[in-house]
Amino acid sequence: MAESRWETPSARTLVLDVPDWPGHLPGQHVDVRLTAPDGYSAQRSYSIASAWPKSGSEGGSEGGNVELTVQRVEDGEVSSYLDDILEVGQPIELRGPVGGWFVWRDEPAPVLLLGGGSGVVPLMSMIRARGDVRGKQPFRLIYSVRTPQDVLYADELKRRVRDDPGLDVHFVYTREAPEGWPEKPGRINVPTLNTHGWPPDFAPDVFICGPTPFVETAADILVALGHDPKKIRTERFGGTP
Amino acid sequence: MSAANELDGNAMAGDLGEIFAVDVTQAVATCAGCGHPTALAALTLWGPAMGSVARCPHCEDVILRLTRTPGQAWLDLRGAVTLRIPMPPDDPQ
Amino acid sequence: MSIINAGFGGRRRSSRPDLPPGQYLTEDFPVLSAGPTPRIPLDRWSFTITDEAGKKTSWNWDEFNALPQEDFTVDIHCVTKWSKLGTTWRGVAIDTLFENIESAADFTMVHGYGGYTTNVPLEDLVDGKAWVAHTFDGEPLHPEHGGPARLVVPHLYFWKSAKWVNGIEMLPQDEPGFWEEAGYNMYGDPWREQRYQGD
Repeated sequence: MAESRWETPSARTLVLDVPDWPGHLPGQHVDVRLTAPDGYSAQRSYSIASAWPKSGSEGGSEGGNVELTVQRVEDGEVSSYLDDILEVGQPIELRGPVGGWFVWRDEPAPVLLLGGGSGVVPLMSMIRARGDVRGKQPFRLIYSVRTPQDVLYADELKRRVRDDPGLDVHFVYTREAPEGWPEKPGRINVPTLNTHGWPPDFAPDVFICGPTPFVETAADILVALGHDPKKIRTERFGGTP
Repeated sequence: MSAANELDGNAMAGDLGEIFAVDVTQAVATCAGCGHPTALAALTLWGPAMGSVARCPHCEDVILRLTRTPGQAWLDLRGAVTLRIPMPPDDPQ
Repeated sequence: MSIINAGFGGRRRSSRPDLPPGQYLTEDFPVLSAGPTPRIPLDRWSFTITDEAGKKTSWNWDEFNALPQEDFTVDIHCVTKWSKLGTTWRGVAIDTLFENIESAADFTMVHGYGGYTTNVPLEDLVDGKAWVAHTFDGEPLHPEHGGPARLVVPHLYFWKSAKWVNGIEMLPQDEPGFWEEAGYNMYGDPWREQRYQGD
């Protein structure tokens, strides 16, 4: 780990220096394996938050940094190690990049991103990738999060909405909204997706990532609104301890 | 180790990538139970201990099982009638 | 390549001499699942022994609870390497269920709601070696842990102790169950570390 930064009090971005990194597509993940001194080991999948090539690194030549954002989960032996114990300079074992399904391939269709909690991580990789190539596809992110304090990448999202043409972000607060927020805290629903998503006629590529109930609710609403299920890709992430 | 499934087939990409030359999480499996086609990435996944058990999101039947024993991977695909694997379009067949 | 992560796994207690080889002690009760947790209303629950000729003997929930009940305290050992010592249960001994069963078969397939199966030789279920338990630690067995009732065969790895158990099928020959046909050991003795096929 080359460096790290806290995104929220319970989520840390690990900047990993991987010398032979082959590059990755936005939405891919890595498998992290931790091994205890007594041989016990545990493996978890983490979405890659960064885009490739890294902004400013002009093609990314050899090696480079890969960023993971790890949300600490209750009783999570791997996430609590990665967030609270791993120190700059220490190694971890990675396998990847893997996964070719929940991936944005810089296609021309408009894109609708629906993120629940730390499900925003692979979607952020897509937003960053589009920003890096100055993509013209209209992108909309609907980001469902408990409270304003839980928002990952809050400053960067604000900046990108200003600087990345064609990028919109809408927040759905499920527990506590900021003062003056026009909507009561609650789950993602039909009016939200109607107002802040794309109409089915636009045939957007849809990426939904979050806990299973969020993914199922969002996908069901979109299908009911007339979106083609084949255009909807989902990734359920674990709160696996 | 979780009570409810909280993952899906996306999380199998690494384990399956050690076996197959292509990314089979993009392949579409037709369920032997209900006939519904689903990308492996979209199957609901239980595990990883004692093994990965991927089920049809429509009928909950087991479509794929993957267990690891020392030096071996055991892949059980009998819950899939077929696996439709994306290939380059210029393939001669 | 294996990187050792110092400071990882520190919440587990180290192994002790009274544990089977390769096991470590845990105080909590991890949940392993191969599918959705079945929710079985007690008025729909039943337990059936099927002999090798296909003859069935069944108990509904009330009949099952009217059988002689036993309290027992046992150590349990999961193939994923955790062990839990001194767990307390209440349930019906398999000996009680087999009192009026005539069978010459030596092997069984244990079935659970949700489709789970595991094979256990009959001699490992009788003579006080196994129970169908409905109470854990003084409380009704939670569905996550196999409630309303699960098999408890503590001298074998815990995957043999089928959750949501609903029947035992007598077999003339040993046949593999759900995990046994995917590389796990047919017998599963933790003291001989029989985790996988060939162990």
